[in-house]
Amino acid sequence: MPLQLNALDTAMLNGDFGPAAASAMAILAAFSEAIGAPSLLDISRAHVDGCLYHGQASLDFVERLAAQGGRVRVPTTLNVGSLDLIHPELIRLDSAQQAPRRRLMQAHEELGCVPSFTCAPYQTLFRPSFGEQIAWGESNAIVFANSAIGARTNRYGDFIDLCCAMTGRAPAWGLHLSENRRGRILFRIAGLKDSRAATDGLYVAVGLLIGAQAGEMIPVIEGLPPPRDEDQLKALGAAAASAGAVGLFHAVGITPEAPNLAEAFHGKAPEATVAIGPGDIAQALRQLSNAPDGAPVAAICLGTPHFSRREWERFLPLLRDFAPRAGVPIYVNTGRATLAALEAEGLLDGANEYGLVAVADTCTYVTAILARLDGVVMTNSGKWAHYAPGNIGVRVAFGEIEDCLASAAAGRVTRVSSW
Amino acid sequence: MVRTGRFFVEGAAEGIALVLAAPLSFWGGVAVESGEIIDRSHPDCGQNVAGRILVMAGGRGSSSSSSVLAETIRRGVAPAAIVLGRPDPILTVGALVARELYGLVCPIVVCAIDGVASGDRIRIEAVGADIAALHIGNPFSPPCGEKVARSAG
Repeated sequence: MPLQLNALDTAMLNGDFGPAAASAMAILAAFSEAIGAPSLLDISRAHVDGCLYHGQASLDFVERLAAQGGRVRVPTTLNVGSLDLIHPELIRLDSAQQAPRRRLMQAHEELGCVPSFTCAPYQTLFRPSFGEQIAWGESNAIVFANSAIGARTNRYGDFIDLCCAMTGRAPAWGLHLSENRRGRILFRIAGLKDSRAATDGLYVAVGLLIGAQAGEMIPVIEGLPPPRDEDQLKALGAAAASAGAVGLFHAVGITPEAPNLAEAFHGKAPEATVAIGPGDIAQALRQLSNAPDGAPVAAICLGTPHFSRREWERFLPLLRDFAPRAGVPIYVNTGRATLAALEAEGLLDGANEYGLVAVADTCTYVTAILARLDGVVMTNSGKWAHYAPGNIGVRVAFGEIEDCLASAAAGRVTRVSSW
Repeated sequence: MVRTGRFFVEGAAEGIALVLAAPLSFWGGVAVESGEIIDRSHPDCGQNVAGRILVMAGGRGSSSSSSVLAETIRRGVAPAAIVLGRPDPILTVGALVARELYGLVCPIVVCAIDGVASGDRIRIEAVGADIAALHIGNPFSPPCGEKVARSAG
């Protein structure tokens, strides 16, 4: 059945809202037709992952919309860019390389987007609420919004997220619709020892395992220990969306659309069941490291996805306890609003003595920030460990945040926790 | 042989097939300067997609592939067309944006891809609304049917 546009859509397509809206609607309509959506629906927010520079075409697209006087029609946050505009001195690109990257971020602001430049828009004032229809880009944000909050978005990406923002519309399709949010594959966790159960690594490992095995099916996790906070769900979702194409997971008794198994599966039977035991978790985490214990550490990278206020509050006392002084930089990516509040309150005072380098607006695996690429980089992020070797060519060791700090203090990969 | 497919981005194209053994993510998988496949974990790493009729089961990976495809189209190192076994919205958006911005068309067709081999000569034409005809010939003979000059898009 061809795509049905309503009167507003058609008016937009015909240029009644200006040439930029018309162009965005033309692309959105063609995309929606291509995926077989019957119609479009209203969205209340957007998060645009368009500020990473992939070449001139990225910039030409936004420049044209801006030159046409385009404005987003719903509150729209921006994902990370290729530069840290708060700490420009951190970026190891020459001015010719920086110019189009800076312009790309600025052109999005000219369209009326909020200069949040964070991959964790759910940590900002623009966090959606349960049941809200939104159009979000950035894989970790998408899976968090759908799973932990119960807002509704498909896995939007380059260009199309901005087209949704410019039109306030999205295809009535996929995860926007209740029937498509039904769990289909069951992951059953069993055999965990209580003392190990709730470490951050567990959530990363479960994310990796469901990401690798769920395929196109929505995963339901049974037996997940109650997370300490939503940051552990963030880590799980980010790992799942890195290892696979997960846009929504349900954790029974934890996430809002899964109060029990029956509701997670909408009363139907799972199409497949996968058991997860301690051995699977340990193996998944081992596979994230491609450097041996004891190897010299060049840097620690935390905050992928961006560190929340709560993570900082947990991290800073640990930093002062471990008091690393081996000259290993500890990069922590975070949102500019989170960072500004911490600095205003003086909570970061003196932390640079221990090597802390706060990074805003971007992330250490998508641009040239790291001073050294020759040693091992240690991280507590499944997503960073998954992408950094390919993106920036480093060797990675994965560990808990305590392992990362112990390694920073020792100058080599050191583990004080174990899976 | 002639095979019928569905256009996700309409247009005419002709070229030599490059049939990939596995789905390819353009982001991290294709060099935008040259069209070379650079994903070292991909079985066809080292091949070049530029000007070929790229045939694969589906797309894969990051939505940033939309930008990378659009950029290869802008630079003239994109495939002449992309033939997929199943629809891929990410590649569709990349080709649509390049058409909007630059008027350059990289048709995207979904159809059965079994029996198509690298080296086959393929000609793609529109035969109805969203309907593509793929004329597939061996490398040493012209594709069946007479070549018809068409404007792209």
